[in-house]
Amino acid sequence: MATDAAGVVVVGASLAGVHAVRSLRSEGFGGTITVIDGQPHTPYDRPPLSKGFLAGDDDAAAIRLGGLDELDVTWRLGTTAVGLDVEQATVTLANGTLVPFDGLVLAPGAVPRRLPGTDELPMVRPLRDLDDALALRAVIDGAGGQEASAVRVVVVGAGFIGAEVAATCRDRGVEVTMVEMATVPLEAALGRHVGGAIAALHRQHGVDLRLGASVEGIDPVDDRRCLVRCTDGEPVVADAVVVGIGVEPATEWLASSGVRLDNGIVTDERLAAAARIVVAGDALRWPSGRTGSLERIEHWEHAVATGEAAGRRLAVELAGGDVDALPVFDPVPWFWSDQYDRKLQLAGRAGVDHDMEVAVGGLDEDRFVAVYGRGGRATGVFGMNRPRHVALLRQRLDGDVSVADLVEAAAAL
Amino acid sequence: MRVVVDFDLCESNAICMAVAPEIFEVRDDDFLYILQDEPPEELRGKLAEAVQRCPKQAIAIAED
Repeated sequence: MATDAAGVVVVGASLAGVHAVRSLRSEGFGGTITVIDGQPHTPYDRPPLSKGFLAGDDDAAAIRLGGLDELDVTWRLGTTAVGLDVEQATVTLANGTLVPFDGLVLAPGAVPRRLPGTDELPMVRPLRDLDDALALRAVIDGAGGQEASAVRVVVVGAGFIGAEVAATCRDRGVEVTMVEMATVPLEAALGRHVGGAIAALHRQHGVDLRLGASVEGIDPVDDRRCLVRCTDGEPVVADAVVVGIGVEPATEWLASSGVRLDNGIVTDERLAAAARIVVAGDALRWPSGRTGSLERIEHWEHAVATGEAAGRRLAVELAGGDVDALPVFDPVPWFWSDQYDRKLQLAGRAGVDHDMEVAVGGLDEDRFVAVYGRGGRATGVFGMNRPRHVALLRQRLDGDVSVADLVEAAAAL
Repeated sequence: MRVVVDFDLCESNAICMAVAPEIFEVRDDDFLYILQDEPPEELRGKLAEAVQRCPKQAIAIAED
């Protein structure tokens, strides 16, 4: 067993892990906290990587997470955790060191899916971390010696990351081809009608959008460029290929650890995977009373909220308090995406398998509000340049509300 | 306790309004308005949550 001096270990120095630390400290945990992460960088915020940072508006210092010094943390950055032993309460590092813990926060995040057969092509990469963003920014900035208009970026997958990268690149004057297997961008997340509006938005801004299409193959042209062949349209010579086809929870290292894995680390409704082990962020899969099933969410605010809740639970548990008296974790989720001059926001849940009704404005307008639901019950509110509506209607989603009532409430705001 | 917003950072995500509508309002012009810049002590919890949840880290609490 670990000694009393072992303290709390946090695996993952991104948003969820850092918020878990903040929460532990604000709940009065005064022991040692060690944060382990395979990335060498000081913790930073990821949303700007596809927005302001990529656009060149923010530098690396501007996206660092604030207030880290006062947290009194031992940082072990550039050190990868490769194993966990729940029984022995130890984390194993890549160099074989065993790190004992009294309490553990698992916030390992997620790893992007790769396109098969592209491992040897350096210009083909995801946009997940700071190094990915630096590499793409260098291409946009003309590392190949061209004007922006002579640079072409191919985006594979028109999800939120892909769509934001496409928008930022077009704003910078770079040519963009975006390839998406579904019939519209963001189809799984927002359904066909809202997705159709987003397709029109990207085409208005000059994106060569290839829908219902996929990449057949990518071949090197020289050490800097590659040729992308799609199932639809002419082959494209690309200076960079950004692969945004989703992520997988980074849980391979936990395979024989004793925690339950099923598309993430499975916890109870207060985010505990085992005694004194809590989970936060993209790798968390927890039972939501709201949906009646295990959920995993990859949004920014979810990382903040789960970090807070997981940190609080662990602090209470380590202090010998009653964890069952803590509220269960089940807020209405929320995310935002910035594309061109549009702010897209969703509170609650939506998707291709939900009904959708436009409540304010129209799908062909710059600003509109859409209400999503199932069986007449409202599940989500989407706003295109309508942050006020999303903020106010989000509170209504916390209770049971019909689609008709929420549409009426939206129209009355 | 005083509310400080860096309006150069603010993107009107309106998360602060969802958390603490007594203090923050994003109006139909998409700009953020501070309804009370010295809120009463009982709103400290909500204000602190708004600080944490702001995606741009644009809100701070000043004690003066």
